[in-house]
Amino acid sequence: MRKKNYISTGSEWTFDLITRYDEEISKIAAEYGLDTYPNQIEIITAEQMMDAYSSVGMPLGYHHWSFGKQFMSTEQRYRRGQMGLAYEIVINSNPCISYLMEENTMTMQALVIAHAAYGHNSFFKNNYLFKSWTNADAIIDYLLFARNFISECETRFGEEAVELTLDSCHALMNYGVDRYHRPSQLSAFEERERQIEREEYLQSQINDLWRTIPTRAEEKATEAQCYPSEPQENLLYFIEKNAPLLEPWQREIVRIVRKIAQYFYPQRQTQVMNEGWATFWHYTILNTLYDRGLVNDGFIMEFLQSHTSVVYQPSYDSPYYSGINPYALGFSMMSDIRRICENPTEEDQRWFPDIAGSDWVKTLDFAMRHFKDESFIQQYLSPKLIRDMKLFSVLDDDKKLKLEITAIHDDNGYRAIRNKLADQYNLSKREPNIQVYNVNRQGDRSLTLRYFQQDRKPLHKSMHEVLKHVSRLWGFTVRLETINEEDQLETTHECIVER
Amino acid sequence: MGQLIDRRLNGKNKSAVNRQRFIRRFKQQIKKAVTESVSERSITDIDNGEKINIPARDISEPVFRHDQGGSSETVHPGNTDFITGDKVKRPPSGNAGSGGQASNEGEGEDDFSFELSREEFLEFFFEDLALPDLTKTQLATIIEFKPVRAGYSNDGIPTNINVIRSLKGALGRRLALGGPLRNRLNEAEQELEALQGKPDSEDTQKRITALHDEIIELKRRIGSIPFIDTFDLRYNNHIKEPKPSTRAVMFCLMDVSGSMDQARKDIAKRFFILLYLFLTRTYEHIELVFIRHHTVAKEVDEDEFFHSRETGGTVVSSALELMYDIIKARYPSGEWNIYAAQASDGDNWHDDSPICRSLLADNIMPLVQYFAYVEIMADRHQRLWDEYELVKEAYENFAMQDIASVSDIYPVFRRLFKKQQA
Repeated sequence: MRKKNYISTGSEWTFDLITRYDEEISKIAAEYGLDTYPNQIEIITAEQMMDAYSSVGMPLGYHHWSFGKQFMSTEQRYRRGQMGLAYEIVINSNPCISYLMEENTMTMQALVIAHAAYGHNSFFKNNYLFKSWTNADAIIDYLLFARNFISECETRFGEEAVELTLDSCHALMNYGVDRYHRPSQLSAFEERERQIEREEYLQSQINDLWRTIPTRAEEKATEAQCYPSEPQENLLYFIEKNAPLLEPWQREIVRIVRKIAQYFYPQRQTQVMNEGWATFWHYTILNTLYDRGLVNDGFIMEFLQSHTSVVYQPSYDSPYYSGINPYALGFSMMSDIRRICENPTEEDQRWFPDIAGSDWVKTLDFAMRHFKDESFIQQYLSPKLIRDMKLFSVLDDDKKLKLEITAIHDDNGYRAIRNKLADQYNLSKREPNIQVYNVNRQGDRSLTLRYFQQDRKPLHKSMHEVLKHVSRLWGFTVRLETINEEDQLETTHECIVER
Repeated sequence: MGQLIDRRLNGKNKSAVNRQRFIRRFKQQIKKAVTESVSERSITDIDNGEKINIPARDISEPVFRHDQGGSSETVHPGNTDFITGDKVKRPPSGNAGSGGQASNEGEGEDDFSFELSREEFLEFFFEDLALPDLTKTQLATIIEFKPVRAGYSNDGIPTNINVIRSLKGALGRRLALGGPLRNRLNEAEQELEALQGKPDSEDTQKRITALHDEIIELKRRIGSIPFIDTFDLRYNNHIKEPKPSTRAVMFCLMDVSGSMDQARKDIAKRFFILLYLFLTRTYEHIELVFIRHHTVAKEVDEDEFFHSRETGGTVVSSALELMYDIIKARYPSGEWNIYAAQASDGDNWHDDSPICRSLLADNIMPLVQYFAYVEIMADRHQRLWDEYELVKEAYENFAMQDIASVSDIYPVFRRLFKKQQA
């Protein structure tokens, strides 16, 4: 007979109860070795949650109409009951801020604390991408700096001008990240200090690049080469450093958008893992609470009901299907790793000789630290899970009349499916590969971008609009060349700027 | 254990600024949507906010992305009956199902819909509308003054004393008056000091006594310069500036005779509700006079005007007479901008129409800034319309319009109150 010592029995939460739950959850988390930033849990109302939504999870956003648009559509859908709000939002900062909605029941608050304040929090702190690309200590300060800087620009140069620059930067936000090269970390204070220096220095550099004083003959010979000498993937960075006509404050805004894009980049690369990890831990922690007799049957039933709807994966032919649910896939994979460690089958022994039968806490911890979605799936998706989820892969080729099923959950298909699924989470394949190819420094100063096509995928027609934005930043004609897989120039689109 | 913070008391409208920016940016689209929505909905509930749809493509934020096409291989869950190598027909695009990835980007061409608050809605609704010629009377008759500050003066009442100015003046005066004395005092003191070091002699002794006396005298004179003098006082000066008056009154004349059936009355009421909302929103101080008439006219309050059910035959001139009497009694046209809007089905007692014309042309029109007449769902124009046409020829500030159906109300209203180019 288990000793019963319920923390609470009703569904109403109080601050005392939340503190009690947090204590118990934190104890269990520590037993499982979760390493977290200190927590800051904030209770907010539904309206405040909608505010938080619309600023895409930035606790302090600068002002821009697109956030207003986001807010209005969230509000509209929420008011009409077309969508519920997320139970929580968690911010990758130190201390780690989690928002809890006041409408939640006690059970939901406990779930959210376990999920966000311990699950996501430990992921933010330990995953290699977050560790090397984001700086949790400085983000709040940086956002504050960004907001102040932008509102200062608005007073100095007019809301309209700032808005136009921001629009253009937002259009290129996904191309404002360094994928391979790690940025240096700066505190907000240094950031402010440096901003002024940078303004002056950069302007002098740009002027040099565009110098019109004639060069000597031997220098001219080298000029014929491409500039930049190698294609560059970070469009915003290139624009910030090289666009001839931008004002210093505009360069700083480009930089701000770029920095924020960089901050969110790891989150976009680890959706399955991050949600899977957090879901796995709220599931494990709350079940431990139940096992220890700290919560009653009502609590655990309510929790399970909510949990199962979060990890529900409709099948491909269901009207509710909209792709693979990252919570479902992530949670299943995390649970599956634990199963492989604890109860390996003969098949697991063959597929995962390294981890079968090992300590599951350590194995999971290792997986969390060293992978991103793509590599995580590549490494850990097991044949059993492929069978359980009945995964299959479909080839859609517009040259063929029919779709072809290329792999299903059988011996021949496991590896193919694993590769395909991993590929699906490879950001560089999901987004068109577009790079800065050349700047015509001697002639019309036009900028040439190149789209390196894969699988003959065309660009969406919205690129015409994006090109306008690029040319607004660049100030001169911008060209987009499509290069097919045979390395031939396929099409060229231009956005001509008359001077 | 971390911190637990209650943020519920913090402001919730963090997004208000962004919302305003959104509305400002898409003003054109929203305005179009507002105009469209008005014709569809009943104007009685115009007082509420409004759901607005604007095409999503107008407000999209473009990014580089793949279009459908080329070849792509995707993994889906829930396979029940496929085996490797199966060939399947393409499902119609956009549907869920294998290959249907079109919808998971949320890029449909649906309208973007959101709700405008009542304030925002009315702002769009009444944008660019104005009472014509509101300035005419205000320039002619200036009746109100308001005090404005105008520098400093030498006299005034004690409450208006400007302390800083006064003390500045006093300091200057003290410096100016005391300066030469103080210079002399310094000289005398220096001389005295020099003499005191010298050997005693009668001359020096005498000189010292003289200097002593002079120093005492100088000190007394310096001390007697008053710290502040009435002469130093400065007062804040106020002058009265004429304040342009925007006093205006709107007469609402509604026909409630038996020939106005339910549909017509409804239109007339809607028209006046629109007018009422417009005036109360746009002008802070505007008086409204409501007159309803059948065979006799009666001045009523707002509530009765819109809700009373009294009815009878039609004598339009009764209303005009009453209006004229009210103007004479309460709104001398030198001080008031007078506007009138009249709604009727055009059905009048035959012989009354010429009386209406002469009343208007001879008495009322010279007094009013603008007179708008709307005829509602007239089967054919009767004599009243013809007579009014004559008035229109004579007076530029007379306007008449036809309302044929509910959906005409707003366009007609806009036509009548369009802001005129100066």
